[in-house]
Amino acid sequence: MLESLKILVVDDEPGMRLGAERALSAFRVSLPEFNGDVTFVVDLAGTGEEALAKIGSAPPDIMLLDHKLPGISGLDILNRLMQDKVDVLTIMMTAYASLDTAITATKRGAYDFLAKPFTPTELKASVRKAVRHLLLQRQARKLAQEKRQVRFQFISVLAHELKAPLAAIEGYLQIIEGRTLGADLAPYNPMVERSLVRLQGMRKLILDLLDLTRIESGNKNRERVAVNVCQVARTAMETALPDAKPRNISLALQAPQSVQLTGDPGEIEIILNNLVSNAVKYNRDGGRVDIGIAAHDGEVKITVADTGIGMTPEEARKLFQDFVRIKNEKTRNILGSGLGLSIVKKLAQLYGGDVSVDSEPGHGSTFTVVLKCDAATQAPASNK
Amino acid sequence: MSAHKKILVVDDDPDITDQLTVMLKKEGYEVVVAGGQTEAEEALISGKPDLAVVDLMMETQDAGLILCHEIRRLYPELPVIILTSVKAATGLSFTPSSPDEQSWVQANCVLDKPVRPERLKAEIARLLTQVAAKPQA
Repeated sequence: MLESLKILVVDDEPGMRLGAERALSAFRVSLPEFNGDVTFVVDLAGTGEEALAKIGSAPPDIMLLDHKLPGISGLDILNRLMQDKVDVLTIMMTAYASLDTAITATKRGAYDFLAKPFTPTELKASVRKAVRHLLLQRQARKLAQEKRQVRFQFISVLAHELKAPLAAIEGYLQIIEGRTLGADLAPYNPMVERSLVRLQGMRKLILDLLDLTRIESGNKNRERVAVNVCQVARTAMETALPDAKPRNISLALQAPQSVQLTGDPGEIEIILNNLVSNAVKYNRDGGRVDIGIAAHDGEVKITVADTGIGMTPEEARKLFQDFVRIKNEKTRNILGSGLGLSIVKKLAQLYGGDVSVDSEPGHGSTFTVVLKCDAATQAPASNK
Repeated sequence: MSAHKKILVVDDDPDITDQLTVMLKKEGYEVVVAGGQTEAEEALISGKPDLAVVDLMMETQDAGLILCHEIRRLYPELPVIILTSVKAATGLSFTPSSPDEQSWVQANCVLDKPVRPERLKAEIARLLTQVAAKPQA
């Protein structure tokens, strides 16, 4: 990557301007950490007034600013930039580098000093330092901006997901209120049922959201005790049974009596509950859910295989992101918060592991979670 | 003019399509339901409806908008109502106010979800009358 930065040299001595221009116009800073080189376009100004005019029309990235100028002084320029909130990384050039001047200039936003007279090498070193600072600063700003953007998108989608069940329930209530289907109550029964289902879905979303918030808020309240993953799996199967039974879906566990892991029982429960309930939800009637738990090399491997609708590789790639729900004909009537698998992924990462999926459309999916038995307490992913 | 005007209802939320079906059938309309952009496109090709009610966020965030363009291409005169919960409250503001935005959104009217049944019925009746009043080309 090659980047070109604009440097404005402000000095009333023509010799200084020329020397700086000569030193910098062929100068190339290479920064392996940004994997790229930086070159410079040098612009010159002989007075403070000229400098302000140039900054006003197109602010430079870096400015080399003489302290003593005939009209407006270097400090005055710094003041103006501060006032107008114009961000120019400034290196002050002073003949008498008094401490007083240095402090004043720094207070007004100067980044560095260069005592006159200086050699081209000194000038280059100082510019190099400024470029590094500038790029780091820009990178930090970009990251902060991206973080805000992700947060904003999350909240937007969340609001939409919370409004959807409300709209559905409100719609049913309006139909019932208006006795649209007559005075007899029976035709309204399916609407009451659907409203209750949507309310359940909304409650699940709120609970998932709380899980997610807890995971992302840090590990203050995380327990670290011995957890028997097999026991947790058996509980998850029992939890899923009321949904599996009416649809004739069988659940089987292949695991030793006990597989121990150090962690938070609540978190392991969330992982297994989410995977097992998904395996039931996205299964076909009469299908199977096979849960496997095995430990080796200090890792616990959990697999949950279903015989359900499966998904395409393209769908699988998006699956573990917040609010991603695979929307198609087959999933239309399946309720979900869209957060379950992103929670599983975040939790797995807390245990030094990860989650993956292997799937074939129409045949089923197998989710594999790997957790470290004794994962050092890791800081939660702070990508939010 | 046939007695039963045909309305195409497009929404990926089956509860919403069920409700619209109940509501519109009660008003004497014939209702065709599509659960998404693709299904709607198939329905459009197999027969021209008299009006379409379209949700915005379906398979993708802009599925509804693309569908509206598709409808305009197939049947330029067909009135389209966008019914959406993508509004200011969700942060994804959606109010085509300027003429420029309106030209971009190919719909006759945008209603916020949940919509009062009376409001939707009134808009549908208004748009159907408008079309009937226009001389047929």
